[in-house]
Amino acid sequence: MDVTLVNPFINATINVLETMAFIEVTAGKPYLKTDLVAIGDITGLMGLTGVANGTVAVTFQSECILAVVSNMFGEKMDEINSEIIDAVGELTNMISGQARRELEEIGRSFKAAIPSVVSGPKHSITHYTDGPRIAIPFYTSSGDFTIEVCFEK
Amino acid sequence: MDTSIKVLVVDDFATMRRILKNILKQLGFKNLVEADDGTTAWDILEDQDIDLVLADWNMPKMTGLELLKKVRASEKYAKVPFLMVTAEAQKQNVIEAVQAGVSNYVVKPFTAEAISEKLEKILK
Repeated sequence: MDVTLVNPFINATINVLETMAFIEVTAGKPYLKTDLVAIGDITGLMGLTGVANGTVAVTFQSECILAVVSNMFGEKMDEINSEIIDAVGELTNMISGQARRELEEIGRSFKAAIPSVVSGPKHSITHYTDGPRIAIPFYTSSGDFTIEVCFEK
Repeated sequence: MDTSIKVLVVDDFATMRRILKNILKQLGFKNLVEADDGTTAWDILEDQDIDLVLADWNMPKMTGLELLKKVRASEKYAKVPFLMVTAEAQKQNVIEAVQAGVSNYVVKPFTAEAISEKLEKILK
């Protein structure tokens, strides 16, 4: 996979969470993920078409997304509910938008579908193409989340 | 900045409407209405007197750009301040919005300060 497609999504994720939720994020080492089971409890998934076709997923541990949305709303959130699901959709939307701007600057234009959200322990993440799935773990003081990027071979 | 005006917040994500309304309230705006797509927003614009519109771009039924064009084509709202708040900020999007008569543009993610600065400019 072309790694220049991955970095804009890492940058966008860090920036979106730091700007909207005031949460400091540290990126871990990327690795090749071989199964479909989500590492997190709730996942935002965006489909992309353009110079390549693929999907990007952001999957949060419950503790992490509750802290993120609590900060965004200025109000403590205690459980995964429809408000959290909506927030994951909008976070995914913002990450997609910012990453596509960065990709456009290097001459690689993409269009994005409206994001979808899946939740529940050990849910599956279904990527639309059969390319390699690169996972990048992120750490915060309130739990972890992972980005999965998968573009066609 | 006159904070007694009536503001319409349009976004298909309840999260974003909530964040924007929180920021507007912090800035002193009290008269806030909301819509979750462009069609509902247009109904509100027809039924009520709105002084400022904050709208997302990507929405079902009617996009923010389509709403902006409809607003600018109407006699009642041809000059109403219209702030686009969107993750769609690729060059072509910005050009289209400017050509359609957008008052200003805020790119998601944003800070409360960014919203405040843009509002100061368009509500002068």
